[in-house]
Amino acid sequence: MSNSKSNGTSDFQVIGKPFRKVDARAKCTGQTKFADDIILPRMLSCKILRSHEPHALIKNIDVSKALALPGVLAILTGKDFPIPYGILPVSQDEHALCVDKVRFVGDPVAAVAAIDEDVAFDAMNLIEVEYERLQTITSIEEGLLVEEPRIHEYGDGGNVHKKVSLEFGEIEEGFAEADLVREDTFFYEGNTHLPMEQHAAVAYFDTDQKLTLWSSTQTPHYVHRALAKVLEIPASHIRVIATPNGGGFGGKSDPFNHEVVVSKLAMITGRPVKCTLTREEVFYCHRGRHPVLMHVKTGVKKDGAITAIHFKSFLDGGAYGSYGVASTFYTGALQTVTYDVPRYKFQGARVFTNKPPCGPKRGHGTPQPRYALEVHLDKIAEELKLDPAQMRREHLVPADSITANYLRIGSMGLGACIDKVVEGSDWKQKFSWSNWQSAIGNRQSHKGIGIACSSYICGAGLPIYWNNMPQSGVQLRLDRQGGVCVMCGSTDIGQGSDSILAYIVAEILGIDPFDIRVVTADTDLTPVDLGSYSSRVTLMTGNAAIQAAERARELLTMAVAEKLNVPIENISFAERRAFDVENPEVGVSFAEAVVLAESKFGTIGTVGSYTPPRSPGKYKGAGVGPSPAYSYSAAVAEVDVDPSTGIVIVERVWIAHDIGKSINPALVMGQVEGSVYMGLGEILMEEMSYRANRNAVHKFPSMLEYKSPTTMEMCDVKTYLIEDPDPNGPFGAKEVGQGPLLPVPPAVANAVYNAVGVRIDEVPITPEKVLKALREKERGREARFGPTAVPHVEWPEPLRVLTPAEGGDGREMPSVAVHS
Amino acid sequence: MTNGTKQKAHISFTLNGETAEVAFAPHKTLLEVLREDLALTGTKHGCELGECGTCTVLVDGRSILSCLMLGLDAEDRSVETVEGMADGAQLHPLQETFADTGAAQCGYCSPGFMLAAKELIEKSPNPSRDEIKEALSGNLCRCTGYIKIYEAVELAAAKMRGEAMELPKESIYGL
Repeated sequence: MSNSKSNGTSDFQVIGKPFRKVDARAKCTGQTKFADDIILPRMLSCKILRSHEPHALIKNIDVSKALALPGVLAILTGKDFPIPYGILPVSQDEHALCVDKVRFVGDPVAAVAAIDEDVAFDAMNLIEVEYERLQTITSIEEGLLVEEPRIHEYGDGGNVHKKVSLEFGEIEEGFAEADLVREDTFFYEGNTHLPMEQHAAVAYFDTDQKLTLWSSTQTPHYVHRALAKVLEIPASHIRVIATPNGGGFGGKSDPFNHEVVVSKLAMITGRPVKCTLTREEVFYCHRGRHPVLMHVKTGVKKDGAITAIHFKSFLDGGAYGSYGVASTFYTGALQTVTYDVPRYKFQGARVFTNKPPCGPKRGHGTPQPRYALEVHLDKIAEELKLDPAQMRREHLVPADSITANYLRIGSMGLGACIDKVVEGSDWKQKFSWSNWQSAIGNRQSHKGIGIACSSYICGAGLPIYWNNMPQSGVQLRLDRQGGVCVMCGSTDIGQGSDSILAYIVAEILGIDPFDIRVVTADTDLTPVDLGSYSSRVTLMTGNAAIQAAERARELLTMAVAEKLNVPIENISFAERRAFDVENPEVGVSFAEAVVLAESKFGTIGTVGSYTPPRSPGKYKGAGVGPSPAYSYSAAVAEVDVDPSTGIVIVERVWIAHDIGKSINPALVMGQVEGSVYMGLGEILMEEMSYRANRNAVHKFPSMLEYKSPTTMEMCDVKTYLIEDPDPNGPFGAKEVGQGPLLPVPPAVANAVYNAVGVRIDEVPITPEKVLKALREKERGREARFGPTAVPHVEWPEPLRVLTPAEGGDGREMPSVAVHS
Repeated sequence: MTNGTKQKAHISFTLNGETAEVAFAPHKTLLEVLREDLALTGTKHGCELGECGTCTVLVDGRSILSCLMLGLDAEDRSVETVEGMADGAQLHPLQETFADTGAAQCGYCSPGFMLAAKELIEKSPNPSRDEIKEALSGNLCRCTGYIKIYEAVELAAAKMRGEAMELPKESIYGL
C-alpha cells in the first residue's frame, strides 16, 4: 500500500512537531539505568591492570600475591584470551588482555574480579609484570620511517597499516587547464570524544550457560559478534543489551576489552561482574579523532571553478586498527560531494604508533580533510580576489548527479544553506579581504568573519562485515487492547533514536508517540540494527519503521474497511481512530481496529527492514563514501582575536543545515547546536597530546586539563534548518548528528585570518600558535603557523577509474604503467 | 585498604526531605554512599575528581560535588538529589523543562545541571543568560552545546515565578 505520508506530501500529526523525547522524563528524574547504575546481587567488581610501558614484550606476569588477597575470586591474563578480535574483519588485531606484548600506555594486561572495588584495586596493584622495552614509534613520520620493530605483524609494510591510492580522471590534465594551481599543507591534531559517562559493562552468566552483557556500547550487534568469537560460545547463548549511552560520539563503537573481560570473569566465577572505567581509562580507550597531516593541491579557473584536486593524508592511527582502514578512506572520500570536482586523486596512509588507538569520532575521518579543504579554498578565493562565500556558491555539485569518485548525490541544499548564513550574518557588509589590515592599529577590536561548508553521509552504504542482509530491522507488535510495541536493535546514545521510532510509527498508525513502547538494543528481543554510527540511524531505522508500520496499517485497514463496509482506500488513521475519510464520524477506535485485525488475521506483528541502494562505484575502495543521501551544512563564524595574547574568542556562529525534513525540529536543533559546540572545542582547545619523550604518555588524561568548552567558552549559535526532502530519507529526512560539526573548525580558522591576517594551518588554534604566527608576520615572514611539508611515501600505483563524465562505468581501468 | 577488618561508619541525615540512616566504609565519598549504599543511582559521575560537575547534589541547599565530599561529612545535614526534586508525582519545573526542550540529550549530566540550576533560581528567581552561564560553568555537557540548557533554566525560572513563557519559534524550528 502506498503511503502519501511517508513521501512527505500530506499534513502530519507527529512528524515535524517538537515532541518531547520518549525517554526524557526518565532521564530527568534519575530513573534511566545507565550501565554503571546496574547493581545485581553478589556482583563482583573488576579492575584492569594496564601497561605503563608504551611498547614492550611481556616477559612474565606473576599474579600469585594478588590471587592470595582475601576477597579475590579470579584473575585473568592474556593467555586466557588467545583469540583476537577487532571491529573490522581486516584488522582483528586486539586481544582482550595483551598476550605477548603491549603497544601503548593503557593497553590491558591483567584483570581482577573481587568482592568489591577496593579489593579489586589492591589486587590489581599486587600483580607483577616484567617487561622488555622496545623502541617506541610516536609520530606519523616515525611510523613511515621506522620499519622495525613492527607494532603489528600485518599491514602495508613496516609500521604502515594501510596505503590507499585512487585516481579518478586525468588529474594532470585538470591542473594543466587551470588558471591557478595552489598547494597547502595542514595538520589536524587528534582529540577525543569525552562522553560524560565513563564506559561500563556488567556481565552475568546463568546456570543454563547463557551470557548476558549490559554495556554502554553504540554497537551491541558488533559486540555480540566479538563475544561469540573470543569466548567461543554460540551467539545464540549470548545476549547483549546496550544500556542508554551517556554520550557516545563514536567512542563506544568498538568492541572493548573490558566487555570481553567481564564476560569471561562472569563465566569463571558464576557471579555477575561489573567493570566501570575510570576517566583516565576512558582516555586510553580513545578511538577518537586521528591526527592527520594533509597536503592538498587544487587547480581552479579564474572564477574559482575547480579543475582537479589531489589530496594526500597521513594518519596517526595509534596502536590498533580499530576503524582505521575506513577512517583512511574517509579522509579522501567526501571532498567531491560539496563542490563540482571533475577530476580527483586521493592518496592516504595510516601508520601504527604506540599511542591509544584512534577511530571514529563524530564526522569520522572527514573533519580533518574538510578543515584543510575549506581553509585551502579560502586562500584560493583570496588569490583570485573572489568573495569566498560567492565562490563556493557558484560551483556546487549538482543535485541528482554522480561525482568523479562515484558517489550518488540526491537532494542537495547547500546553496540554500550558504544563502541563509550569508544573509543572517550580514556577511556582505562585514567581509572584505583587507579586513585585518584596517583593524591593525586598532587594539580594541580585531573582529573577523569566516565561512565554510561541508557535507556528511546519512549512513554508510555498506555494512562493516560483508553480507546481503538488511542494515536495519524493525519489528512491531500490536496488542488487542491497542498497545503498540516497536522493537529495533538501534541504540539511543542521546541523539533520540528511540523517540524517532516512536514518532514515525505514531504518525503512520495515527496514534500518540507516548502510546508506544519502544524496546531497543537488546540482541534477544530486537531485530538487528548495525549500530549508532555513520549517522545511519534515523534514515535506516526510520525506513524500516515505516515499512513495518505500513504493513500493520494495511492489516488494520482491511479489517476496518470490511467492518465499516467502505472501500479500503477510504480508511485513514488519526487521533487514535481508524475512520472513513468521507464520513470521519464513521470509524472505530485504534484498539477496536486492532481487535478487528486480530480477529481476521490472528496475532498482529509486522516487520520492516532497510538496505541502502547499491552504489554506482564498483572499484576496489568504492565501499567507503557511498550513502543513501548526503546532508549539507554551511557556517559563518565571527571571532574576536586579541593580538597581545593570541586568545581567540568565537562570538557567534551562524549555521544552516540541510536536514531534508525534520522528524522533530527541536531534536534537530539540539544536534546542530551540539555539533557546533564540539567543532568549537576541536578548533580552539581539544587535543590528545603526549609527552615529548619516548614514553608516549598522555599529558593530561583528565577532564580538568583536557580542555573542553564550558558555558563560558560556548559561543552564541544561530541555527537555520533547510528542508529539501530527500527521496531516500524517511519522510525525506537526512542526518544531523555529525554533519554540522564539519564546517565549524574551518569557518573559525578563516575568521581568525580575517581578524588578524594570520593563517593557522594546524588545529587546534591555540593562543600560542596565533602569537607565533603574528610574530612571523611582524618579521615579514609568512604570516602562518602550520606544517611546511609532508613525508615522502612510496605510494602504490594508483587505481585508475574513468569519471562518469569521461564515460566511466565505475570500475577501475586495467593497470598500465604509463604515468609518472 | 583491604576488606577483612573494615569497620563501617554510620550516619543519620536528611535525604530528599526524609530522615535517613546509612552505614558504609568510612573512606567513601557522598557520591559512593548515595549510589552504592542507598541505591540512589540518579546521581552520576563523570570523573570522580571534581572536574566535571556531573555528581552535583545540594547540601543544605548549596550545590556541591558529591565526589569530593566524604559521606561522613553529610551527618546531620540535608542532602537533595535528583530523586528528591519532584513533589510527589509532580515533576519539578526544571525537570519538566529539561525534558520538554531537549536540554537532556543523553541525560547523563542532567541531574547535576538541574541541581546547580535549582540553587541558582532559588537565589536569583529571574536570572539573566550571563548569570545562568556563570552558575553552570562548573558543569560539563558534551551533547547540547548548553543552549537548550539555558533555555530550559529560563523557562523553569519563569514557571516558578508564575509567568507564562514560551521559546521563540526560531529556536525550535530553525527559522
